[in-house]
Amino acid sequence: MNPFDAPQDRLVYRKFQEGVLPPNFCPAYVSSVKRAPRLPLVPLPQTISELTGPTFTPPESVQAVDLTKGAHGAAIGERIVVGGRVLDEDGRAIAGTLVEIWQANAAGRYLHARDQHDAPLDPNFTGCASFVTDAKGKFRFETIRPGEYPWRNHYNAWRPAHIHFSVFGPAFATRLITQMYFPGDALLPFDPIFNSIRNQPARERLIAAFDWEATVPEYGLGYRFDIVLRGRHETPMENKP
Amino acid sequence: MTEPKIPEALVRPVSDVNLVTSYQTVGPYFKIGLEALYRHDLTSPNTPGQLIEVAGTVFDADLVPVPDAILELWHADSSGRYMVEPQTKPFEDSFVGFGRVPTNEGGQFHFRTVKPGPVETDGSGRQAPHILVSVFMRGLLYRLITRIYFSDEAGNADDPVLRSVEFHRRDSLIAKADSAHRNRYVWNIFLQGENETVFFEL
Repeated sequence: MNPFDAPQDRLVYRKFQEGVLPPNFCPAYVSSVKRAPRLPLVPLPQTISELTGPTFTPPESVQAVDLTKGAHGAAIGERIVVGGRVLDEDGRAIAGTLVEIWQANAAGRYLHARDQHDAPLDPNFTGCASFVTDAKGKFRFETIRPGEYPWRNHYNAWRPAHIHFSVFGPAFATRLITQMYFPGDALLPFDPIFNSIRNQPARERLIAAFDWEATVPEYGLGYRFDIVLRGRHETPMENKP
Repeated sequence: MTEPKIPEALVRPVSDVNLVTSYQTVGPYFKIGLEALYRHDLTSPNTPGQLIEVAGTVFDADLVPVPDAILELWHADSSGRYMVEPQTKPFEDSFVGFGRVPTNEGGQFHFRTVKPGPVETDGSGRQAPHILVSVFMRGLLYRLITRIYFSDEAGNADDPVLRSVEFHRRDSLIAKADSAHRNRYVWNIFLQGENETVFFEL
């Protein structure tokens, strides 16, 4: 097979339900005011350009990913295990998709030159990793529970604890970058980024679930975070004899 | 030790698969997570096609350059075909048609690739050579989607996507051939204002 051949199945991704996507212009999130476009978005047909994207060979089993061990020893903070599946809206596993994650350390500080928050860096914690989902769409990583941190959006603003997730999915149309939050975080009701999503169930989907089964005895608590990408319709093209 | 009795719903959380996961901003610190796949050159030494460079600047509402934006690129090869074969390792050496470039302190970005060929599309005709772009940055809750076309392509006049855009806004999607440098194109992004770039809903 020529690697540049078009995929045989012509599929079209479903539209997002009302209120699921955050609006880009969101005055409560101050940085959006000068950066979000003001004109209406122009509808783009889903052509082969949008229906393709980089994909990867799934590993034979779930990759072992551990952010808790640094060059000089163990990272400081509460160890946690985060696992889940990448699926589509119809429950189909998204195998072989690249996931990238990044987060603050236990003190709420990123290993980034622009992060000037007065909290310590941890020489044993980079806070980033990437992995490819297995044949069942599964992933799992061990990390340190990220700390909350202040930001300058408004007076006494603090971000709830979160882990950033970047997921490719099978096509340009499914590309997703999001954040995973923790259950019971008292800062969630105050966070303009979390609350930019108007649809409540969609907002709550970004909160990982405590997962007793994934919790490792004498090691760390487990959290489950399933990532659901857009489902697809068959196009009329495919129904032609 | 006996295991405590725990309700099944807590042991194995069930998620509602009928609802998609929504977007959140990349925030200001995405570099630590996304830098590993930064690619300013999408080609490998034997990639067939016309080598081109595309460069530009991302501007905010006040025409201040945006120093913390990231662009992801996806395009066909010089014969108009997309790489659909799964990669064994993320983007090692060979041409895939994917790129990821950050803006610098001056809000500028650049990348080198081969000019994509026209893309045959069922139902909507032939598309002029183009590059799909996702734009992420602090301040954007959801990615922006746009396309780069090339000013020296006659096929632009018949491109179904360009034709769907109001005439006076089409220019924002077209990278201008740089008269001073062969094979170099200039394309800027204006997030707001009089020359706001066309962004798409997909």
